[in-house]
Amino acid sequence: MSNLEKSGGITEGHQVDVRVGAFRNKDSGDTSGFGGLVSPVVMPGASSKPFGAWFDMAADVLEKSLTKSGIKAKDAIEYYTVDRGEFTIHAKPEHLLSLCQYLRDDEKLRFEMCASVSGVHFPQDKDRELVAVIHLLSMTHNRRIRVQVAVADSNPHLPSITALWPNADWHERETYDFFGIIFDGHPALTRIQMPDDWPGHPQRKDYPLGGIPVEYKGAVVPPPSERRGY
Amino acid sequence: MSTDYFAESYETTEGRVHTVTGGDWDSVTGAEAGQQERVVVNMGPQHPSTHGVLRMILELDGETVSEVRSAIGYLHTGIEKNLEYRSWTQGVTFVTRMDYLSPFFNEVAYCLAVEKLLGIEEQIPERATVIRVMLMELNRISSHLVCLATGGMELGALTAMTTGLRDREVVLELYEELTGLRMNHAFIRPGGLAQDLPVGAEGKVRKVIETLRKNFKDTANMLVDNSVWTARTKDVGYLDLTGCVALGMTGPVLRSTGIAWDLRKTQPYCGYETYEFDVPVQTSCDAYGRFLIRLAEMQESLKIIEQCLDRLQPGPVMVDDKKIAWPAQLAVGSDGQGNSLDHIRHIMGESMEALIHHFKLVTEGFEVPAGQVYVAVESPRGELGVHVVSDGGTRPYRVHYRDPSFNNLQAVPAMAEGGQVADLIAVVASIDPVMGGVDR
Repeated sequence: MSNLEKSGGITEGHQVDVRVGAFRNKDSGDTSGFGGLVSPVVMPGASSKPFGAWFDMAADVLEKSLTKSGIKAKDAIEYYTVDRGEFTIHAKPEHLLSLCQYLRDDEKLRFEMCASVSGVHFPQDKDRELVAVIHLLSMTHNRRIRVQVAVADSNPHLPSITALWPNADWHERETYDFFGIIFDGHPALTRIQMPDDWPGHPQRKDYPLGGIPVEYKGAVVPPPSERRGY
Repeated sequence: MSTDYFAESYETTEGRVHTVTGGDWDSVTGAEAGQQERVVVNMGPQHPSTHGVLRMILELDGETVSEVRSAIGYLHTGIEKNLEYRSWTQGVTFVTRMDYLSPFFNEVAYCLAVEKLLGIEEQIPERATVIRVMLMELNRISSHLVCLATGGMELGALTAMTTGLRDREVVLELYEELTGLRMNHAFIRPGGLAQDLPVGAEGKVRKVIETLRKNFKDTANMLVDNSVWTARTKDVGYLDLTGCVALGMTGPVLRSTGIAWDLRKTQPYCGYETYEFDVPVQTSCDAYGRFLIRLAEMQESLKIIEQCLDRLQPGPVMVDDKKIAWPAQLAVGSDGQGNSLDHIRHIMGESMEALIHHFKLVTEGFEVPAGQVYVAVESPRGELGVHVVSDGGTRPYRVHYRDPSFNNLQAVPAMAEGGQVADLIAVVASIDPVMGGVDR
């Protein structure tokens, strides 16, 4: 269980949103007196070296390989996060393919299997609204790693990794279907779960949800996204 | 151009396309000189041999499948989206319905992920973990039995279906005894279990093990050396190790290439490293090998369940932390099932804090520190991965299920192209996709 060892620790967080009030609803209904509450939503940010376990080795090998091929490490990798024993590389879209190629082919890394590609939407994280999350598995070394790439909603383009891991095909199609992230170079980036003519991308946080039109004395039950919550 | 209403034809960039929907082949004119003739057949989504609402589009050359593409999404229910509007505990009720043949795996994977986010993995009571393992292994058996039953039926072996479903029924009845429900249990909760096993559960499980041991012999006798069965499955659906790794295949398909990759052994969770069992492998890379693996895995599961029973010690089944532990002390009263009178007396008459915890947990739920985790368990179909993101609130920010069926279905073209239409059925049956998990 060496990859679960505690390590260097996270030095800074990455703020993705600010929550106002206590009940998630924006208009009214908060009579609790907590309406003025302001709480930032902070995801784990960059970790500082040493990361612990095999993470330092992986980062070094990766940076060395990138430098050797003429790519500055800081142009390809934003930062690393070690959180709850899991290692995340926050990559930039430009050099994602070279980075993934090294992750797959370097004999010290050998992440030969792509477990999954999915997305997360942070609508308030400006110019980093859409995040593609790639989970890789190394059967050779029995390790897992996460590569995460943020793109702007206004230009949601990423290189496709289907050339490296053919099974990313359907995973990328699903991520496109649900989040609208466009994977350039994908052989046939079409919807996979929703019907072909479906408008919008349903897993986005701002995707409108249907309400149940139950009316009682003029009041209507709002859709779940607009209801009071915690 | 044909005037037959049921055999329309129209021009496309690929040439003339005829759409034939009934027994009207006579009215279709053949390909023009110098043009290639292609027959594209739609199979499914409603078809007895496609293992659920899977749709396949086949290009045929006589009986040979020259190209196949799968179309999915017919069972998409937006479970991942739904989870974002419920509390962490309510999530279990949704995830259990994804891959409906392996509900306990969905529940355990989700709960392990939430517990990892909470940082309480070490606090889960031993009894809860042992019961989780026992339920998962029972589930592996019931799931493999359905694979065998439906797979047999799809290949025309109807007796395989009746024996398979007969044995599965034994397991489902046991589920009902243990958790109250045959399917969609929502029994495993973040922090432990919804409630303890009923009195006398151990004896019932032992009895079921005995019954299954006996019945498995029948199934094996019927199919293992059956010349018809082997003719349909041997050397069918070939996919070697290179293909498996490239296509991200896990589970019995990967193990049929001779690699003993089983997350229970390689990346143990729930204390699997302390149980004694083998990982069955085959080297034939074909549908028959996968069938043999599933048979052997059911025997191994029985061994694990027996070890679970030997380890079961009385004790709590939910974490101690009253801010996380779901306040469910269920009992059956004169007016049906509900919270036990003792619990009601406690929260209404004795402890203000208990009342507050009960109210807060049921209405608001608990907060989970911000971050993300990926937890994978070995489901009957392969790696079931759960990616959970929390923004620090009382509801999941994003939950993604990496369902093995979803990923493995991509291998159908690699396994089936160049074979016969009948082999395609064996290929899909050997992958054993569950469309509830594929589409979520």
